[in-house]
Amino acid sequence: MTVQETIETKLTALDPLHLEVDNESGNHNVAPGSESHFKVTIVSTRFEGMRLLDRHRLINELLADELAGPVHALAIHAYTAANWESRFGKAPMSPPCLGGSKAD
Amino acid sequence: MLNQADPNEEPMSETSVEDTIRGQISDNPILLYMKGSPSAPQCGFSLRTVQCLVDCGQRFAYVDVLSNPDIRATLPQIADWPTFPQLYVEGELVGGCDIVSEMHENGELKPLLEDAAEKAQTSAE
Repeated sequence: MTVQETIETKLTALDPLHLEVDNESGNHNVAPGSESHFKVTIVSTRFEGMRLLDRHRLINELLADELAGPVHALAIHAYTAANWESRFGKAPMSPPCLGGSKAD
Repeated sequence: MLNQADPNEEPMSETSVEDTIRGQISDNPILLYMKGSPSAPQCGFSLRTVQCLVDCGQRFAYVDVLSNPDIRATLPQIADWPTFPQLYVEGELVGGCDIVSEMHENGELKPLLEDAAEKAQTSAE
């Protein structure tokens, strides 16, 4: 499994309404094909009533192995459904990837 | 702005690194652990965080973790926060670049920093 797939799989534990994991390593001074810099955009009802700090901590904990290993930078944008709507309007949230195409 | 750590010091034992960090966090009302310096950040996330702080117009202290590898290695464990930059206000971790940017955008950052600076000034008088 690639690092990106591992991150996606682990974050499904938060029952995301929306999950995007972008490999941004290409923007940094690393070898082509690296998986070192990621951006996570996640919308989950689990974040209701949680401070941003605690949302980030939750994600950092789920991804502790990756952060201690190959992942050098992790940008996190963690929203509740209400946060997401007030920020981006009522655009429908795409469902998270379940990895089906990887089996093709 | 100040950089507290003395690069010529002998390598510190783990306890004293921890003491140093705790001292920095409690002595500086607004403190940024970053890569590089505010005038020459060495990482895009540190750069963006500095920009947010500068926008808010309050003086802040910083520690360059690239020139202080002991602090870079120890702080993530103490803070339970794996990455840099890390912003501390009045002894509390506020967060990294994404949180600081979000708070700057939604208007929470400026009053937080103004409040901290004001309290520090009052207690110094």
